[in-house]
Amino acid sequence: MAGQSGGMVEKRGRGLWLTHLGLIIGIAFIFFPIWLAFVASTVEQQDIVRPPMPLLPGDQLVENYTRALTAGINAPVATMLMNSLIMALGIALGKIAISLLSAFAIVYFRFPGRMVFFWLIFLTLMLPVEVRIVPTYEVIANFGMLNSYSGLILPLVASATATFLFRQFFMTVPDELAEAARVDGAGPMRFFFDILLPMSRTNIAALFVILFIYGWNQYLWPLLITTDPSMNTIVMGIKQMFPSGDDFAHWPTIMATSILAMVPPVLVVIGMQRLFVRGLVESEK
Amino acid sequence: MATVSLKDLRKSYGKTEVIHGVDIDIADGEFIVIVGPSGCGKSTLLRMVAGLETVTSGEVRIDDRQVNDVEPMDRDIAMVFQNYALYPHMSVFDNMAYGLKIARVPRDEIEARVANAAEILQLKPYLKRKPRELSGGQRQRVAMGRAIVRKPAVFLFDEPLSNLDAKLRVQMRLEIKSLQRELGVTSLYVTHDQVEAMTLADRMIVMNQGVADQIGKPLDVYSDPATEFVAGFIGSPPTNFLPADRVGLNVPDQSKLGIRPEHVRLVDQTESDFAGAVVYSEPLGAETLVHLKLLDGGDVTVRQDGALPIPAEGTNCGLAWSASDQMVFSSDGSRQRL
Repeated sequence: MAGQSGGMVEKRGRGLWLTHLGLIIGIAFIFFPIWLAFVASTVEQQDIVRPPMPLLPGDQLVENYTRALTAGINAPVATMLMNSLIMALGIALGKIAISLLSAFAIVYFRFPGRMVFFWLIFLTLMLPVEVRIVPTYEVIANFGMLNSYSGLILPLVASATATFLFRQFFMTVPDELAEAARVDGAGPMRFFFDILLPMSRTNIAALFVILFIYGWNQYLWPLLITTDPSMNTIVMGIKQMFPSGDDFAHWPTIMATSILAMVPPVLVVIGMQRLFVRGLVESEK
Repeated sequence: MATVSLKDLRKSYGKTEVIHGVDIDIADGEFIVIVGPSGCGKSTLLRMVAGLETVTSGEVRIDDRQVNDVEPMDRDIAMVFQNYALYPHMSVFDNMAYGLKIARVPRDEIEARVANAAEILQLKPYLKRKPRELSGGQRQRVAMGRAIVRKPAVFLFDEPLSNLDAKLRVQMRLEIKSLQRELGVTSLYVTHDQVEAMTLADRMIVMNQGVADQIGKPLDVYSDPATEFVAGFIGSPPTNFLPADRVGLNVPDQSKLGIRPEHVRLVDQTESDFAGAVVYSEPLGAETLVHLKLLDGGDVTVRQDGALPIPAEGTNCGLAWSASDQMVFSSDGSRQRL
């Protein structure tokens, strides 16, 4: 409509303020528990157990975090962070490498049973970790991989979702590009590394974010196969810190651990965001 | 520099044969255009020469070496694709240099060759850009540059101009032609555009449903088409076809008479056996195309000089031509020489 400046989406005046107010309330609502956890990680044990719970940070920040990182309750949080980092990175990178290669095979090579393999991979989507956890445990135990990084990582590395995603992406890459590479003398793996991989850069970044968080947040699997506290990952470690029986929980340490557990995924999201957004802006393949 | 020869080249997908045996000997430095409508097998033919499609039977020889089972890179060819197929994440320089890098050409020679190609194609200022930062014509040039730097024995073009607008297409056509003359590289060029075919080709192959209907110099093909299909496909507007028995020729049933639009004259209705009503005219300045509907059905187009009077729509006109310009085709489409 002529004369009516501003799009349908743009709001002005009171509407704008109301929208922002709504959003701020929403954010405050979601952020409040995290804030409480942060506050709890900076005060002393007595301040938490004696109501009312303080709403402003105390003066024990350095002490609590140092204690958590170096001593923890069962194992130092620094160790658990390192374990989680190795597991999350292993799962994310392993999944990306394997699914890139399997998608490459399925899209670019004609071999007998190609579709069978594709559907087999696809079928595993229907079997989440929880369903196959007992046989998987059996296999890992027989391989002697309990309490090891390979035991933490390997069973979670296969990924139908990522394979499917890369397959869909590879199918949008024009055939002519593969043919041009063939005429240029690039063999299949050369084409994969020189052309397909750089073109998938943004997809890889997006997947890395998702898979890193997936790996980081694994709870049930590490709980099953790590009995040695030094192999605990942080997400399951928090639960392990809870007291059993009549022990009393040292809440400031637990809360410090929780806050520490949140930091790496947040850093990954923030760090990868730029690449992620650039991937969305670059329209042309 | 190389000769190329195809001997009874055939291609089947499963049981369906799509190329029914093509034979041609291409001389060194010759520019061959393969022209035909969509689905006639022209691209398949080119891709067999490139090595991107397997050969079902027959043989492809480049410089007297049978290359049926040789990988594309070892055939000493370079190909320009319809959608350019530039590597989107590489700069113009890297796009052109990629093949040379794989062939382990020394760095300074790669730079010299790319610089030379960029000079010829006026791409010097764009070497650092990515393909998406270039216009269609520039991308086209990069695709050609990628072919040139390899110094191949044969250039293969797969409808390279079909994604450009009309004006740019004419310009690039001239550039391709002069470039090919300059470099003297044997070239095969696929197009569905008969104007491109006529202007570029030393010789052209007119393909029709997997068969090379005619192979010859453009003007020979135009003036002396071997089949009804060629007569109808080459030339715009296409040849007029009339039932031959109407002209009183002594030919088998179902034969057709072909006559080019520029050979038909409009005369008074009383002077001709053929008469039709003018449906509409297209005055193009230098010439006028007059479309007529014959009284007994059938359409005829007449191309006449732009200076001649243009008949009004609905006027009944007679049609005349000299017997030496008419061509007779039998019912199976083949030419009948009388």
